[in-house]
Amino acid sequence: MSKIFEELTREAVNTPKIPCREFINAKLGLTELNEEKSKLAEELSTVYRRESGVFDCQIALCKGTGCHSSGEVALCQKIDEVLKEKGLRDKVNIVETGCRGFCEMGPLVEIFPQHIFYCKVKPENIEDIITKTVMNGQVIEELLFDGIPIAEQIPFYKKQVRRVLKESGHINPENINDSIVHEAYQGFLKATKMTPEDVIAVMKDSGLRGRGGGGFSTGLKWEFTRATPSAKKYIICNADEGDPGAFMDRSLLEGDPHKIIEGMMIAGYAIGADEGYIYVRAEYPLAIHRLEIAIAQCKEFGILGENVLGTGFNFNVKIKQGAGAFVCGEETALISSIEGKRGMPTVKPPFPSTSGLFGKPTSINNVETFANVPLILNKGVAWFRQVGTPKSAGTKVFAMTGKIRNTGLVEVPMGITLREIVFEIGGGLKDGAKFKAAQIGGPSGGCLTEEHLDMPLDYDSLQAAGAMVGSGGLVILDEKTCMVETARYFMSFTQNESCGKCIPCREGTGRMLEIMERIVIGKGKMEDISLLEELAHTIKDASLCGLGKTAPNPVLSTLKYFHEEDLAHINDQRCPAGECASLRIFEIVPELCKGCSKCARVCPNNAITGEIKKPYVIDQEKCIKCGACESACPFNAIKVG
Amino acid sequence: MTHQYMEVNNKKVEITGNEKNILEVVRNMGIEIPTFCYHSELSVYGACRMCMVEDERGNLVASCSLKPQAGMKIKTHTKKIMDTRRMILELLLANHHQDCTTCEKSGNCKLQELAVNMGVKKVRFKPRKPWQDIDTSSASIVRDPNKCILCGDCVRMCSEVQGVGVLGFINRGPNINVVPAFDKPIADVDCVNCGQCVSICPTGALTIKDDTLKVWEALSDPKKKVVVQIAPAVRVAIGEEFNHTEGSNYLYKSVAALKMMGADYVFDTSFSADLTVVEEATEFLNRVVKGEKLPQFTSCCPGWVTYAEKNCPDLLSNLSSCKSPQQMFGAVFKKFFAKKMNIPTEDMYVVSVMPCTAKKFEAERPEMSTDSYQDVDAVITTVELARMIRKMGIKFEELEPASLDMPFGFSSGAGVIFGTSGGVAEAALRYAVEKLSGETLNEVNFREVRGLEGLKEATFNIHGKDIKLAVVSGLANTQQLIEKIRKKEVSYDFVEVMACPGGCIGGGGQPVPNTSETRVLRSKGLYDIDAKSTVKKAQNNPTIEKLYDEWLKTPNSDEAHYALHTHYGHKKRIGGMEIKDEAKENANEKIVISVCVGTNCYLKGSYDVLQELIGLAREHGIEDKVEFKGTFCLENCSNGPSIKVSDDLHKYGVQKEETQKFFNNVVLPRVK
Repeated sequence: MSKIFEELTREAVNTPKIPCREFINAKLGLTELNEEKSKLAEELSTVYRRESGVFDCQIALCKGTGCHSSGEVALCQKIDEVLKEKGLRDKVNIVETGCRGFCEMGPLVEIFPQHIFYCKVKPENIEDIITKTVMNGQVIEELLFDGIPIAEQIPFYKKQVRRVLKESGHINPENINDSIVHEAYQGFLKATKMTPEDVIAVMKDSGLRGRGGGGFSTGLKWEFTRATPSAKKYIICNADEGDPGAFMDRSLLEGDPHKIIEGMMIAGYAIGADEGYIYVRAEYPLAIHRLEIAIAQCKEFGILGENVLGTGFNFNVKIKQGAGAFVCGEETALISSIEGKRGMPTVKPPFPSTSGLFGKPTSINNVETFANVPLILNKGVAWFRQVGTPKSAGTKVFAMTGKIRNTGLVEVPMGITLREIVFEIGGGLKDGAKFKAAQIGGPSGGCLTEEHLDMPLDYDSLQAAGAMVGSGGLVILDEKTCMVETARYFMSFTQNESCGKCIPCREGTGRMLEIMERIVIGKGKMEDISLLEELAHTIKDASLCGLGKTAPNPVLSTLKYFHEEDLAHINDQRCPAGECASLRIFEIVPELCKGCSKCARVCPNNAITGEIKKPYVIDQEKCIKCGACESACPFNAIKVG
Repeated sequence: MTHQYMEVNNKKVEITGNEKNILEVVRNMGIEIPTFCYHSELSVYGACRMCMVEDERGNLVASCSLKPQAGMKIKTHTKKIMDTRRMILELLLANHHQDCTTCEKSGNCKLQELAVNMGVKKVRFKPRKPWQDIDTSSASIVRDPNKCILCGDCVRMCSEVQGVGVLGFINRGPNINVVPAFDKPIADVDCVNCGQCVSICPTGALTIKDDTLKVWEALSDPKKKVVVQIAPAVRVAIGEEFNHTEGSNYLYKSVAALKMMGADYVFDTSFSADLTVVEEATEFLNRVVKGEKLPQFTSCCPGWVTYAEKNCPDLLSNLSSCKSPQQMFGAVFKKFFAKKMNIPTEDMYVVSVMPCTAKKFEAERPEMSTDSYQDVDAVITTVELARMIRKMGIKFEELEPASLDMPFGFSSGAGVIFGTSGGVAEAALRYAVEKLSGETLNEVNFREVRGLEGLKEATFNIHGKDIKLAVVSGLANTQQLIEKIRKKEVSYDFVEVMACPGGCIGGGGQPVPNTSETRVLRSKGLYDIDAKSTVKKAQNNPTIEKLYDEWLKTPNSDEAHYALHTHYGHKKRIGGMEIKDEAKENANEKIVISVCVGTNCYLKGSYDVLQELIGLAREHGIEDKVEFKGTFCLENCSNGPSIKVSDDLHKYGVQKEETQKFFNNVVLPRVK
């Protein structure tokens, strides 16, 4: 293969360092190549994709959130050092990519051209990787996942259909050439050859629904915005990802920013907007950094600005950093925030499609939605609909966390079952624990239980089950997780994040939290249940914005599926999962106790008494439930109930 | 055109398409939907969720923000809606300081009324908000955050209608609060005391500062001679407090009530309004002759005067130097009437009954005093007078009217219409036209300046000279007009400004509801009185003539200037507040350089200037000799970025590119 490559590169060079301008221009539709050259260019791009340039080797490090925090930076430095030491720095390219998704196993390192995929790499492995794998092509067994050398063969990736995430983790997101040879802006070029109405028709046919949670038809949203007459219109990309544990949008922005920009451009062309805002949280510095680079490079290439790529279409993109208020993910609050006002939702109607940013018609779509758009335009509706269900076409990215073995970012076809995600892709629960529930959709979502394991995950069936796709947060819970406590946690989240504007949400969530706080310490009463329901319905029915309307969902879901846990907390002052600290009962199992007195010695409240070599006893009145005895006991004689 | 219908509670209702929202349609049908945050004169906020109605699908929708459409079917009082409303009220009450029996607002409180109407019998939640201090700093307004239900009405009123915007939200979620700018006491921000926030507040969170106790005390003091003046707009509104029709004249019943309380003299502020007309119109005619300081702005509205002092320093010389009628009267009482009646000044107690909260502030201004006695000792509002009447157990409806005392109980119709927007301009015209033309003016009605529109403009050709007038009410409207005047897009000779929409009849001290509908009736009431009055021009008021003969000599004489005119000064909008910078410590011998980082200067790059100066100080190794401070507004906005070196304001500001030069020329020499 490298032979062919060398032959070709004699005619033209196209590497990340020295991109073939002619080729890039042809890709962007600016020049036309003759048949011979275009064939060569195509070959080149294939080779480029496969071989990544003239480098003998490339080391790709995942710089996604997970890997970054588990030590990617140190690895990168170490690789650089070792390569320099060995005089290989010029021959080996180092790429810091976006998220590969397999966060649990990070930091992830992939070695090209062999595509060898190493997990949990530590700085001390680098010497080996370079001498063995890079220099000699040997595989280091202990760094593989379950002995599998190629990423795509790992069960975690096997069941996934990576479309929007396809390039993320493979390309260098800070190099526009890399994106362009990977088909970036092809969808836009195709769109500009169509009328805006036809673009909207394609979007409607594709059945793409908003990936930010609502699930509203993207094509329809665009159609409404296009239909409002106005000389000025806006596109907004909602990247204010705020659900606890969700990092889909962040990974996309970090891994493949051009896909998002392209999606916005197509939207701008379709609705007649010449300006776009990306509203991204300031807590995502890498995403912002990479977006800034991408926007600057787009301007340099004439992809953003006046007369984009000679199409006569003008488009500019601005980044607006959000200060991290959860409610700013709500579209009207987000608009207020961009306008420099308090991030508070406003009444709808008017909808943003008629009166949005600065009073102009505006289409707001989520990051993942925009990422799907270029693919649909480039590859067609039929291709897009190949996966998913008729009413929920395409794929969805989920951020899978909790008590799952393979924590990470996954892209799966809509309609996949929860069982497939949890047990095949996710590798089952940690430590072989029993599956209890999956919390889906974050603070606005609900719980799915064992009975839902084989239900297809799509917008409508989830809604029917009292949950929602949401932005894609998926928290897996095992039997040691207390559902009452989980609901209390989400309630405290929504109460803290309530903007305070409308009464039901501001006052009501606080009161629900108060009740939940009572229940988890065993001070709840039976009438609290009906009060919770009463409050939940007022908040759902009467809140101003979507966040308020969905805030009671975690509590309602717990009341529906785990009512017996509520009752246990209220009637028996008992937490069946053993998670609620103030309800735990520590008891010494006489059969297991050897009478060593260790527990009595560590007890800070002198609640444990007994005689040496005879079973000890805990005085429940005195026990402060700190758990010190449990960790001190060498015989596992302390039972926690 | 075909008729269009929607269905409300299974009843077909015709809609015209002009209705603002469903709420309006339903209210027009005679069904009251409760609201806290909806007011037709403010933007739609949609936060209280009380106005929810149920649509065909059983969903609740806010009727304040939904436009009616043909075929729409809604219900207004289903169980779901009633339950929701009751729960919302219960939630509000739980966090509300429920001292209803002693609350100023009791009986007039929307929250109280709705809680009763919706049948909230029990509050199942405990209060959980920490106690917050009550702000009594203002002369006019008391703010009790413990009663605030966060509907935001005051915030929108202050910014949308008044363009002042001193109230705003801080914090989020459960900690959200409405506070004056920078969370300072109201008296330290650029509040103009107009009281519009008070009249729109549904609870007791914003109330008028109660001065009735002061008045009771004076009334019960045998040594004190209590002299009361009643402003024009009071007479057409006080009846509303006793369920009488809006706009009818209750002046003489009010006089009777005040006399029963023990007032020694009750006079009419319309008299001093006549005096104001003569003084102000004379001043105007002089300016016209000299062609200077035009347009002349009226100065009888204390809300507007405060606004101008804080926001329009460039226009202060254009304000008429005349005191307001309230203060002119105070001066007449204390400087003239007291002597005439042989009452020692310290024993004379002047009370004004005003439709206005800002009058309380005006009476306390240091400029408004003579020989260390304030010209006016206490100001009570229409609402407070009504409260006093009730307190004394006077049956207002059965009260026999009593006449005003003489000599200051007589006024012209011109003095009466002062109470409505356009009235001052019309009264001045009745004087000025006659003086300019030298002929008797027979047609006294200048209808061009009447009506309750925010801005009215008219040009009158008087004796071959065009006099251009503008009449504006509401400070947001005023702000727009001033911007146009500054940009020279418009020019006038005379501008009447009233801070409150519709003028004094819509003042912050008037009974609630203080809506455009009630204002129309009150305004009509004043014009009716004018129409019936025998004397319609201020200059024909015989008492005025006598006053000049006996005391003031001629309009704008030295005596008149001493007693009846005042002066203005540029006032700081926000009480001092400074941010310290890193290059600090041991301020003793340091040169203090303050750079304004207020909005205006900040936008012009003052922060960069500050940073650069700090950098330069370091470079030159003089950081221990200079102390840098970022400060809030130095009130030199037009020339920003503003810089003060020690106490000298660098008048022309320092632009970013001039920083180095400024440092070399100003800072370095001082250090050496």
